[in-house]
Amino acid sequence: MTAPARPAASAALPRARRWRRRLPWWTLVAVLGVIAALWVFPFVWMVSASLKSPAEIFAGGLDLVPEQLRWENYARAWTDGNFRRYLLNTAIVTVGTVVIVVVRCALAGYVLGRYRFPGSRLILGILVATLFVPTGYTIIPIVKLSMQLGLLDQLSGMILALSGGANVAAILIYAGYFRRLPAELEEAAVVDGAGFLGTFTRIMLPLSMPVTATVSVLTFLFTWNAFFLPLVFSFSNPKLRTVSVGMQAFVGENSTDWSGMAAAGVISLIPIVALFAFMQRYFVEGIAGSVKS
Amino acid sequence: MTGTPALARPREAPSAAPRLAPPQRPRRPGQRARARRRTLWIYAFLLPTVVLYGMYTLYPMIASYWYSLVEWNGFTADQRFVGIDNYRAVLADPMFWSAVRITVVFMLIVTPLRVFGAFFLAILLNSPKLPLSSFFRTLYFLPVVTTTAIVGVVMRFVLDPASGPVSVLAGLLGLGPIDLLGSSATALPTAALIYVWKFFGITLIYWLAALQTVPKDLYEAARIDGAGAVATFRHITLPLLIPFLAIITVLTVEDCFHAFDLMQTMTAGGPFYSTEIIEIYVYRYAFAATIPQLGFASAAAVLFGLLVLVVVGAQLWVTMLARRSGARA
Repeated sequence: MTAPARPAASAALPRARRWRRRLPWWTLVAVLGVIAALWVFPFVWMVSASLKSPAEIFAGGLDLVPEQLRWENYARAWTDGNFRRYLLNTAIVTVGTVVIVVVRCALAGYVLGRYRFPGSRLILGILVATLFVPTGYTIIPIVKLSMQLGLLDQLSGMILALSGGANVAAILIYAGYFRRLPAELEEAAVVDGAGFLGTFTRIMLPLSMPVTATVSVLTFLFTWNAFFLPLVFSFSNPKLRTVSVGMQAFVGENSTDWSGMAAAGVISLIPIVALFAFMQRYFVEGIAGSVKS
Repeated sequence: MTGTPALARPREAPSAAPRLAPPQRPRRPGQRARARRRTLWIYAFLLPTVVLYGMYTLYPMIASYWYSLVEWNGFTADQRFVGIDNYRAVLADPMFWSAVRITVVFMLIVTPLRVFGAFFLAILLNSPKLPLSSFFRTLYFLPVVTTTAIVGVVMRFVLDPASGPVSVLAGLLGLGPIDLLGSSATALPTAALIYVWKFFGITLIYWLAALQTVPKDLYEAARIDGAGAVATFRHITLPLLIPFLAIITVLTVEDCFHAFDLMQTMTAGGPFYSTEIIEIYVYRYAFAATIPQLGFASAAAVLFGLLVLVVVGAQLWVTMLARRSGARA
């Protein structure tokens, strides 16, 4: 008779115990949550400021919710602040750089990863040795060279300089990936009558899609956020500014327009944050790769 | 060991990376022509990289040395050879040594906070029992993807002494308005902390990747042996992570030499040059001056390249020594 009641009574006990065991974890979640809120605060503040009136910001309240949503701040940044142009420039430069980097790194990674040939060790050695070259060291000759080639005041010059620089990691990622593909693939392709180029374009390249995604995403991030090169390349021609340089110019010219500045920041960051939201896996894989290898 | 990270990558299975001997078929006349064609393709594939990398990385590295030996303002064609005078001038400039000191201090503040802070956070986030851990990963990683130059500008406003939220909050707490970036005593530590915040996520991902390499069955075995969480951590996780400490530190230190974007947009080296890292020093003489001194700036840039080389090289050397003695023990 008491039998049915007993499981219920004993079930209540483990549940309480389970809660007690989980309590430290939920405390930890609360602590991490508070830190995370502080962590993203600058972005939250920026979004909030972009929708406030300048007077409301200067009043210095800590309230993050605007009294009234002022979308005109965005219109001001977009047209008066030239962010329409800056955004377009950044998109052109980023897409151009990503395409060039993916093509040249896939090609180089393929032959360096799969073939031994005279000079292959030397090339790999040079690439690895220059893995850590800082931009501050190479910038002056890059500018001088671009000036001599007539590329200094052009987006194409910016694209070439950005895609010629620090992409050693991408080549190494491709090389490592191609090296691990089984040799039977090539043999089958040769039997089918495919040449060197055919083997690469029809078999190897499609197989390397995960790596291509990783390299594209990381190059996108690197180029979208680039500042030093675009800054120097757009000195004499403000029409070439990317968003990162444009932001500097905007606050230089409108130092009191806080809400316009915040709106410009939101406009500039939305594309890269959206890319991150959808392609998070590839960001993480690309960065983790440098530790694993 | 072929000596490069890419080649030293552990191969997953013997069958995964077979480098088959050339086919043992009898040599046909077409064979040699095909081999030659293959070699041509190989060099054709390398061409874009050789051209672009040569133009924008290798040539500038070498040209910097030439520029550092001439006196040149960048406008006129005449470059007057002055030998090591530029180096002498740079080394005699107290501002250069101040920039070196600031670069090193910046690195010394940022690296331990990032390496050890990210280590602890990674341990927590790696626990399967922690609820919402992937949500936290995303949030803590978020600053990494944002444009540094834009974050630098936004931070200037967040830390503004008059209307910035940080100063307003300090005022409400009775600390009065504070100007963290405006005083030379606090500007460098503040900038360093912002840099830690900005790129903390990268080091976090490094550690999480390192934690993934700990085999799951080791945990299982430890649990069966009755080891508690602390004992498992001390005797299994920690020893397996130590080798990663070296490479993660190297990567993080190297990252500290790329602070130009943040510094230039946030403080531009000020106030009173208290945050002037070497990259800003070079930039000031090469591009921001009314009469650029490209020779002088190149000499400083070359010295900066040497500093990076020495710091990173020394670390890699120590790492290799430690690994070798560890292998012997």
